Amino acid sequence: MAFLDKHSIIEKNATILMVLSLLVVTIGGAVEIAPLFYLENTIEDVDGMRPYSPLELTGRDIYVREGCYVCHSQMIRPLRDEVERYGHYSLAAESQYDHPAQWGSKRTGPDLARVGGRYSDAWHVDHLTNPQSVVPVSIMPKYGFLSDRMIEPTYIEDLLKTHRMVGVPYTDEMIASAKADFVAQADPDSDYEEMLARYPKAQVRNFDGKPGISEMDALIAYLQMLGTLVDFSTFTPDASR
Amino acid sequence: MSKRKPEENENGVETTGHSWDGIEEYNNPLPRWWLWTLYATIVWAIGYTIAYPAWPISKEGATPGLMKWSTRGDVEAEIKAVDEANAAIESKLASVELAAIAADPELKGYAINAGHAVFQTWCAQCHGSGAQGNKGFPSLLDDDWLWGGTIEDIHYTVTHGVRNEDDEDARFSEMPKFGADELLSEEEIEQVVNHVLTISGQTDQADPELAKAGAVVFEDNCSSCHGEDGKGDRDQGAPNLTDAIWLYGGDKDTIRETVNFARFGVMPTWGARLSESDIRAVATYVHQLGGGE
Repeated sequence: MAFLDKHSIIEKNATILMVLSLLVVTIGGAVEIAPLFYLENTIEDVDGMRPYSPLELTGRDIYVREGCYVCHSQMIRPLRDEVERYGHYSLAAESQYDHPAQWGSKRTGPDLARVGGRYSDAWHVDHLTNPQSVVPVSIMPKYGFLSDRMIEPTYIEDLLKTHRMVGVPYTDEMIASAKADFVAQADPDSDYEEMLARYPKAQVRNFDGKPGISEMDALIAYLQMLGTLVDFSTFTPDASR
Repeated sequence: MSKRKPEENENGVETTGHSWDGIEEYNNPLPRWWLWTLYATIVWAIGYTIAYPAWPISKEGATPGLMKWSTRGDVEAEIKAVDEANAAIESKLASVELAAIAADPELKGYAINAGHAVFQTWCAQCHGSGAQGNKGFPSLLDDDWLWGGTIEDIHYTVTHGVRNEDDEDARFSEMPKFGADELLSEEEIEQVVNHVLTISGQTDQADPELAKAGAVVFEDNCSSCHGEDGKGDRDQGAPNLTDAIWLYGGDKDTIRETVNFARFGVMPTWGARLSESDIRAVATYVHQLGGGE
């Protein structure tokens, strides 16, 4: 084949080879990435999704800081065994406000995409403090120190603003009341109606059962809402995915 | 890199023209089998994109492919196949009288096996893999039930849970925080703790004088839930205090902590997460562990 003989020109000239390789990689990348911006079904619209409440978002930061994602994924794949064990497979919309996303397939521990409501708060405190006390075969490290680390919503407005910069639809009202909402969610005796209006389905409790707001409170608030926002009894999956 | 013209070497094979310290490189063509395999994969790839979802040509999504395959359809079909295979016995399990499950050997066998799987997946994290329980999470092996041990009671508890916020029908009761909310004085609490130690048979730990005064405190403050004899009340999930089985611990310090700050054990609702047949299966499994009534 004659045209293939010309290929030796590319192979013998490092500069041309590099330029053309770059061109091929660029086309390949564009073909894979560009459709995600115009396809309307990349992230399907589902009811119930909302940005994280200030306390949940703080808990999420602790989750990321402690490297929970190293062992726990938050992505239930559409496979029968995963659906049977963890619940409905994850939807793209359910992690649309995650920066960064907590997907993954390497699971040293179980998937946590729908861990919310699966255990009581007291179980989470026991389990995070000493995992082996409730699950003897667990190899999870102990995180009891979270109970001793009290937190203040000092930078919560900045945190929300940062997330807004990357596309999370926090409103000005949400940012203005972030400090109050942070405190209200951890105190069942507080005036939390407005917070609930801004963040529907947010759970208001003293999560660790101790006075004050600790990192334990924030982390459990985050864990207890995971996967609880979308009501799957009214959700009809679009089969073309 | 040298740029000599390709030339044939002494073996009659064309070289690339490169020569390093007299070592030259043959310019043999690619093996035919390799080349044709490459072309075959290219043809295969084109066919693949026609058969499966691939080309993102419209805003609504990619071309569905001739085989109409999707990950969601795949998992749905997979689950449906298993459901259909078990449909006969699952629907029977979900519809018969709860008490009739144990009477039908085939149904009972199926329910216990299925219930064991459900238990290991959803219940073992709190109640233990052998249902032995843990501090704050009751053992399901004994006959000391908080909310009742009949199959109907267990079925209700699994379906609605205990003291959770997600299910209005969840079993609910709340012990007052006698110390933290200053309902009892420190002295009275010490007395009632000694009384509880006495009725639970730990007389060697109890001070008889304090216990005697504690009996009065108990009758005034505790007996409406735990009963005058301290044997508990299953309608309120109030535990029997006269036996050696403790949910949080029966030593003096733990009882004092319980009276001071109360306990509020929560169990999630499973009605929304598990199917009726799964709930009945796990209730049957728990019922036959030893303590079922």
